[in-house]
Amino acid sequence: MVDEKASPGISVRNLYKIFGNNPDQYIDLVKQGMTKTELNDKHGHVLGLKDINIDMPAGGIQVVMGLSGSGKSTLIRHINRLIDPTAGEVLVGDVDVCQMNPAQLQEFRRHETAMVFQKFALLPHRTVMDNTVYGLEVQGISRSEQVERAQRWIDRVGLTGFESNYPNQLSGGMQQRVGLARALTNDAPILLMDEAFSALDPLIRMDMQTVLLDLQKEIKKTVVFITHDLDEALRLGDKIAILRDGEVVQQGTGQHIVLNPADEYISSFVREVNRGRVVLVQTIMDTSVGLENREGPAIKIGTTLEKAAKIMTDGNSSMAHVVDAQGKMLGSLDIQAVISSMVTPISHDDPVAAE
Amino acid sequence: MEWLYEFPNMDIDSLRALKKGIDSGFRGFTREYGVYIENAFEPLKQFLIYSEKFMLETPWPLIILLIAGIAWFASRNRRIVIGTIVTLLLIGYFDMWEDTMRTISMIFVCTVLSIVIGIPIGIAMSRSDRLQSVVNPILDVMQTMPSFVYLIPVVMLLGIGKVPGLIAVVIYAIPPIIRLTNLGIRLVDKDVLEAADAFGSSSWQRLKNVQMPLALPTMMAGINQTIMMALAMVVVASMIGVRGLGQPVLQAINNQYFSLGLFNGLAIVGIAIIFDRTSQAYGKRLQKYQEVVHG
Repeated sequence: MVDEKASPGISVRNLYKIFGNNPDQYIDLVKQGMTKTELNDKHGHVLGLKDINIDMPAGGIQVVMGLSGSGKSTLIRHINRLIDPTAGEVLVGDVDVCQMNPAQLQEFRRHETAMVFQKFALLPHRTVMDNTVYGLEVQGISRSEQVERAQRWIDRVGLTGFESNYPNQLSGGMQQRVGLARALTNDAPILLMDEAFSALDPLIRMDMQTVLLDLQKEIKKTVVFITHDLDEALRLGDKIAILRDGEVVQQGTGQHIVLNPADEYISSFVREVNRGRVVLVQTIMDTSVGLENREGPAIKIGTTLEKAAKIMTDGNSSMAHVVDAQGKMLGSLDIQAVISSMVTPISHDDPVAAE
Repeated sequence: MEWLYEFPNMDIDSLRALKKGIDSGFRGFTREYGVYIENAFEPLKQFLIYSEKFMLETPWPLIILLIAGIAWFASRNRRIVIGTIVTLLLIGYFDMWEDTMRTISMIFVCTVLSIVIGIPIGIAMSRSDRLQSVVNPILDVMQTMPSFVYLIPVVMLLGIGKVPGLIAVVIYAIPPIIRLTNLGIRLVDKDVLEAADAFGSSSWQRLKNVQMPLALPTMMAGINQTIMMALAMVVVASMIGVRGLGQPVLQAINNQYFSLGLFNGLAIVGIAIIFDRTSQAYGKRLQKYQEVVHG
């Protein structure tokens, strides 16, 4: 096997994208604060992305969330430069993707990134195996190695036995498994997933999310995941950035966004979220009690409230204590606080529900 | 008010002078470069002669086997193969074997030449909108200009014979393959192309792995059209000395031999149907991967 490369972080800096015939002409106006509507009405250019700054964690999953038209798909295409920016930088490690010449870019795409697409974008005239090896074939690797490496991932995503089927013969979920296997076979440190699971029905989507999370535990790639679904974002994302009309409205961990929505727009999203699966025990634990006061079951830091509530009710205990990885007590938890934090507050002004 | 009824045309003398100028200019060009151009077409002529010799000198059962074999390879359809064999036997029985072989040889060379020239032009057109806007009107002219008109300069340059016939046929028959190659490549799904780019395909890999295979069914439709149009030109080409099924038809027109015209005409129809069904079936087989759709 090829050595696993350490996955680099990705920094997007002051990234702007204007669509139209003369984007360079209007970039200064936009930097001075011209809005998307104004630019479109007065000059017939569309502002795709405005001053995007995101630091994506190395070896973690960065989710970019937004509704359609928010520019999220445009943003992910800047990372492997399927779209050229109007201004700004995309730093992968310490290399600026936007400064690469065509040859460097081709090398970068071959070895550093792999992408999964919303509409799968499989080659319809190729079998599952021939689709999966595509990235390696382009790199000029010998066929026997191509097949060997592809087979591993075909097995891993659960497509064993379908190697010689054509994409048209597979269901949507299976086609996207091929898309995933194709990307993983490339063994690139960066995995770009553009609404990869959005076209799948809910059960299969959950299933694919599980596949991704399981894989990520072993492969530790820098994953950029685009979605319009907040539940998906919260389930997958180590970090989440929310995009609206080409601007980042808020970024941070899922818990941070759910508990402190930056504005009305985001709080309207998070209102529907199952907080029990997002908020962690350490956020609501009471640290004022004596740290030797170990009441009830021990719950590890990083546990969600839903799980904590289950542990406590199973143990028929109204109190629990939170411990770190070494077993040291950090604070205490009572069932009332747990339940009230799981209930959705009325407004975002009042993030953690009042007693 | 006379000018309303009489179009204010160029005066006769200058018009005559203009035509004369063009004619003598072209004649001069012919005298100057005719030899070189003829020499340049020499390899093509050899190809034509070789191909015709092959068709005529191979024993007829072998030819029937060969054509039936090609039909089977391309279509995998028993009915098409049987139809092919019966048609060829009938043609032979009615004493049109030699002419038919000459025509098939001519069509074969014309099709190969059209493919060799047409596909690269089609690919280039698909990559550049500017080239497309230049080539398209030229193709329009090639398809609508009465073929007799461009026969004149071709005959002036190259005389009468196989090569000018070949050129006339190719000019008439090449537009569909160019147009449909261009169209086929342009119609390739953008998502799939984006995926090919995302994995770092070079532009050659993109063409070879994605664009060509996905455009192939459309290109096959173009090749089918090209073959049909080449066959349609057989009679016209016979006017400038191309031998084959066209010549008896021409003779029949001149002498009002109804049955001679009919038999040879039917022979042309027969081989047209063979070529058409075979190449269409092949085009369809190329799309087999699209047939089985998940429920």
